[in-house]
Amino acid sequence: MPETASITTTGTASTATTGAASGKVTDAEFPVARGCPFSTPAEYEQIREHSPIAKVRLTTGREAWWIAGHELGRTVLADRRFSSDRRRDNFPFVSTDPETRKQLQDQPTSMLGMDGAEHAQTRRALMGEFTVRRMAGLRPRIQQIVDQHIDEMLSSEQRSADLVEALSLPVPSLVICELLGVPYADHDFFQGLTGPLLRHTTPPEARGRIQEELNTYLGTLIDRKLTDPTDDLLGRQIAKQHAAGTFDRTSLVSMAFLLLIAGHETTANMISLGVVGLLQHPDQLAMIKNDPEKTPPAVEELLRYFTIADTVTARVATEDVQLGDTTINAGDGVVISGLAADHDPTVFTDPDRIDLERGARHHVAFGFGPHQCIGQTLARMELQIVFDTLFRRIPTLRLAAPLDDIPFKSDAFVYGAEKLPVAW
Amino acid sequence: MRIDANTDVCIGAGQCVLTDPTVFDQHDDGIVMLVTKHPEGEAAHRAREAVELCPSGALSLIEEPGDS
Repeated sequence: MPETASITTTGTASTATTGAASGKVTDAEFPVARGCPFSTPAEYEQIREHSPIAKVRLTTGREAWWIAGHELGRTVLADRRFSSDRRRDNFPFVSTDPETRKQLQDQPTSMLGMDGAEHAQTRRALMGEFTVRRMAGLRPRIQQIVDQHIDEMLSSEQRSADLVEALSLPVPSLVICELLGVPYADHDFFQGLTGPLLRHTTPPEARGRIQEELNTYLGTLIDRKLTDPTDDLLGRQIAKQHAAGTFDRTSLVSMAFLLLIAGHETTANMISLGVVGLLQHPDQLAMIKNDPEKTPPAVEELLRYFTIADTVTARVATEDVQLGDTTINAGDGVVISGLAADHDPTVFTDPDRIDLERGARHHVAFGFGPHQCIGQTLARMELQIVFDTLFRRIPTLRLAAPLDDIPFKSDAFVYGAEKLPVAW
Repeated sequence: MRIDANTDVCIGAGQCVLTDPTVFDQHDDGIVMLVTKHPEGEAAHRAREAVELCPSGALSLIEEPGDS
């Protein structure tokens, strides 16, 4: 049963503040900035005090429902009456500017923005590329990539580095490039573009230009693979479509775009934050150093704790839906806050504490429902290999700056660290 | 107890295989394949967990007569 929801829409107190009068439990604009990685926004707790769901004002000026409970969050993410189509009116965080909206309507949507049968068909064409068996086959190569980057760190005379540049970004970037068949030589080019694309603060015009540039790049790459076939994910998808007479350049571009971005920004940020989390909790770090068997559950806890893609899980209701006492009207935007769900104290005891042994696999850091991350097995493996190898080979690794001086991405759709100074 | 897998809704997340590869496997196209429909002991316990974790609702548990 979904949790009950109440008090959110009926601002009954006549002496109410603006917030309460509009039926809101907080005046804050969402998404609220994430500050230090070891705290969650106070607004999430404010919402949960009353109910797992509340209506909030977004930075776009629109309103949306914000879900802050784990059980209700999973229920909604699995409910097909909620659409992922970012072109729908009221889709949370999408610009309200008519010009930008038109641009968006004209663009092909990736798997991320599809619903129902269309989504199932697209995902199924790709699923075989990400099976547990296939991912396990990548392990030796990933280990080699990680070792090479740590060799380079260790060869530096100053015994210090920016971990983001030395390890967090290049490892997943190289892995996804090799998997897709994107020349790694081009990674500086798209890394420079994907960073700004994932920030709330990047203006719509700049966003449009970046999208255009990446589409052109990927389109050219796909054309090349069509005439000169390659045995990699993109090459295989192209060959498969070509053989079936269903070659669709536009949809291949948006698929490549999604996998490239999702595959390298997210894991990179989790590596950096995971390292910060482990270094700040030496007793917990000692546990995985002594027993690598404990690394996989530790990775689950770090995924839960940081839930870096807090707001990617947004939807629009396609019909009226009753959630407990709350009626969601057709057309309403809904944000299922992953970070709030993963810090729900009714599901995770003492949620703001890192406890590598708690058993956190039911977190929603990879989402839930039909859209749950297709690359999760790869991400888990990369994180396990990186944490095991890094702390085994550089046991004296430490932060080279006070936590307060580390630039965290407080305004990004995917939370993380810009830079991470470390020394050994 | 018995495990049922609805291959029509499976999304190939692989969570079940990670939970217990002696009960769950994947076809080459990513769709779930049951190694056994009747896990026992520890495997039964893990199969329950896999059903809980399954993001698409493809897995279900059917209690059978004789289950304790």
